[in-house]
Amino acid sequence: MSIWKYANPTKFMGWTAPVLPWLFGLAALCLGVGLVWGFFFTPDDFRQGATVKIIYLHVPAALMAINAWIMMLVASLIWYIRRHHVSALAARAAAPIGMVMTLIALFTGAIWGKPIWGTYWEFDPRLTSFLILFLFYLGYMALWEAIEDPDTAADLTSVLCMVGSIFAILSRYAVLFWGQGLHQGASLSLDKEENVADVFWVPLLVCMAGFVLLFIALVLMRTRTEVRARQIRALENRARAQNA
Amino acid sequence: MPDLGKYAFEVLMAYGVSIAMLLALVLVSWRRATRVRAQWEKIKKNG
Repeated sequence: MSIWKYANPTKFMGWTAPVLPWLFGLAALCLGVGLVWGFFFTPDDFRQGATVKIIYLHVPAALMAINAWIMMLVASLIWYIRRHHVSALAARAAAPIGMVMTLIALFTGAIWGKPIWGTYWEFDPRLTSFLILFLFYLGYMALWEAIEDPDTAADLTSVLCMVGSIFAILSRYAVLFWGQGLHQGASLSLDKEENVADVFWVPLLVCMAGFVLLFIALVLMRTRTEVRARQIRALENRARAQNA
Repeated sequence: MPDLGKYAFEVLMAYGVSIAMLLALVLVSWRRATRVRAQWEKIKKNG
């Protein structure tokens, strides 16, 4: 049995339909529990005060901003190597979600930065690479819209995605590469000394699960839409050719 | 409502704007899905 059969458009539409309500339900549950827990039932940080509550939005959004691009990279490579249309459409479907996640990460980071760093923005390595990643998302979406032939659009956006991956990786590791700037290192670590305290960690984990599930649900729903839109275009083109 | 002290504006703004953006993303995706599906079913029905 091959996993590639699930990339067949008919098969894909078949297996995603029953999965979607569960994914949306689980995402809503995790986000509801995680955000209510984090906002109402966690203490203030001894240094950052109540602003620590922003972590439940900022960290999961930043995580998904980077991982959405990585998912797009994998889907683009599959398109390039195996020419599976669903993978190209999945990459296209993920871009607006990643863009919104990047925007949330930038916004919550700025509003968190003002009371803690004394500024909304600084051209710090991580902040700057995140801003560039956001611009790459916009460029990627614009390129899909600008090219009429879907296969050519998929080819060119795949190349853009590969180039943009440098910034997705930079935005994750910028702090380690340069070791300077305002942004601190990773909030999450397997090292107990460096990881956030357990009282913040558990609700944060629930929020991250909620963001991941919401991302998967939205990608599947939007990919289904793209598959249908592609079929509509194909049927319309065939009807036009018959009438000509 | 927890006591957010002098950071109430920052925290509430972060939650309000982020949740609004997430809801808008879901709403826009769902509306487009519904519209495209209706169009697809219409074309299928008309052969």
